[in-house]
Amino acid sequence: MTEINPKAAPGKNQAKGLDSPLRRSWVKLRRNKAALVGGTMILIYAACALLAPVLFSGNPSAPNLAKSLDPPSIDQLLGTDELGRSILGRIIHGSQISLLIAVGVVSFGLILGVPLGLVSGYYGGKIDFGLQRLTDMLLAFPGFLLALALVAILGVGLKNTVISIGISMVPIYIRLVRGCVLSVREEIYVEAARASGTRDRVILLKHILPNVMVPITVQTSLGMGTAILFAAGLGFLGIGVQPPTPEWGAMLGSARVYIFNAPHAATFPGIAIFLAVLSFNLLGDGLRDALDPRFKL
Amino acid sequence: MTNYVIKRLLSTIPVLIGISLLLFVMLRMLPGDPAQVLAGEMASPAEIESIRQQLGLDRPVYVQYASFLSRLVRFDLGRSARTQNPVIEEVWARLPNTALLAVAAIILACLFGIPAGVISAVRPYTWIDYTVTLAALFGISMPVFWLGLMLVVLFSIILKLLPAGGTGSWQHVILPSITLASFVVAFIARMTRATMLEVLSQDYTTTARSKGLKERVVIIKHALKNALIPIITVVGLQFGLLLGGAVLTETVFAWPGLGRLIVDSILARDYPVIQGAILIFGLLYIMVNLTVDVIYAFVDPRIRYD
Repeated sequence: MTEINPKAAPGKNQAKGLDSPLRRSWVKLRRNKAALVGGTMILIYAACALLAPVLFSGNPSAPNLAKSLDPPSIDQLLGTDELGRSILGRIIHGSQISLLIAVGVVSFGLILGVPLGLVSGYYGGKIDFGLQRLTDMLLAFPGFLLALALVAILGVGLKNTVISIGISMVPIYIRLVRGCVLSVREEIYVEAARASGTRDRVILLKHILPNVMVPITVQTSLGMGTAILFAAGLGFLGIGVQPPTPEWGAMLGSARVYIFNAPHAATFPGIAIFLAVLSFNLLGDGLRDALDPRFKL
Repeated sequence: MTNYVIKRLLSTIPVLIGISLLLFVMLRMLPGDPAQVLAGEMASPAEIESIRQQLGLDRPVYVQYASFLSRLVRFDLGRSARTQNPVIEEVWARLPNTALLAVAAIILACLFGIPAGVISAVRPYTWIDYTVTLAALFGISMPVFWLGLMLVVLFSIILKLLPAGGTGSWQHVILPSITLASFVVAFIARMTRATMLEVLSQDYTTTARSKGLKERVVIIKHALKNALIPIITVVGLQFGLLLGGAVLTETVFAWPGLGRLIVDSILARDYPVIQGAILIFGLLYIMVNLTVDVIYAFVDPRIRYD
């Protein structure tokens, strides 16, 4: 079996070649059924989010009390909620919100966590010690609880949901990237770059970062799923994205009250959350298997 | 062993200081005057002033932090802005309910997760293995609050077998603990499978088989025993997930636990209770990790703590 060595520094020519690690990974990824299914589901999900106004042209938040809690029918494929709004329409428009949150949260984690992890692992010393104690402190709380505590401080709403969950992701990226940098920085090509007088910033960005991209990519996919799950959890508790925004968790939260007479209102938003999270987990698992089997938990 | 436990207890001090620092910063980051927020909206100026003096908000920050630490050590977490009861009493009253749910969920998760992982590893790349792997992935991806609601629909509304929420009897524990166990069971099954696969390929397993031991004995006595350490680690780590999940599960089933208390307090902006409950959750998490480390020594005599 061909194994990818993330420590090996791919040269330009090698990367373009037919037998480059990137190409081998791509071939392995294409053969991985889980990753393919996950990837396809993500494409459908992203298409739903991008084409939401076309797929459901009406206002998903406009109430129609005459149709309150109608069960699924030919007219309303997934039925209506307590305010008579189409659940299908709200799920389609909700895909925009959840994708926005997932991208926002992961970007937050990447933008803060990756540079801090790189610096912490590369420089070591006091910077590393300080950053690692900060990470210990943040990781002392389970992720969802940390996000919950931060929402309590920052307040509810879409922006604060992204920031709260994003902050809870930062220590994961710091720890992950630092761990990889610690091994990569000892490699001969990094030493050679240092000896030839290359600046630290260039070494970090050109020599080290490309070699820690595999775990970052895997974590990004898994992190998108976690972000959707956390945001839906906060929305469900009434402290995330607020109504009438069609957020899946908030939809479930308001449907909970009517679970005895209209279970459909809670069923379909939950399926949407489940499928979205599943797709990112499938892709994440597939990426991990294809790109770096040793990274498997 | 005693030395190790003491050393391990001492090593939790920096983390505890970290948690206290986070809670301190949290209090300082509150919008507006912290004394006003802690006293509640209905408080009189005299009450606000009293809280301000009590918290020492007029003193330098490091003095404030020292005083905050001193109160924390004495478990003086202030009073609830809603009920005016001491926070520690509010938290203490809910803690047994959350503990019951968490323990029931962990037991359920181990009862199903470990055998599922073992079976999956013993029959790798068969339909049983694929089913367990897929079920585990489903478990990890499923929103716990949605699963809870669906269980209510099935067992309470359609079959009318179990209560939809509340407390009072053993039947009330079943649905919340299944819900809470759902995603932990998935992680345990995955870890058990991965570890067992590795252990089953070791020389000592082959030796045990070549001695003519029964397959059941090889799997349970030789393989599973050696695979237990990573499994215990993952069980310990999942406790954190479980605490997060408890917040959601308790909300679905109107279970009067610590998680529900946090949510109610966030909605009512009752900051002293939020602080107290989060502190206790953090402490619980640390204690579980400590217990896991100590259990290692019992499970694996190769581990020496000098």
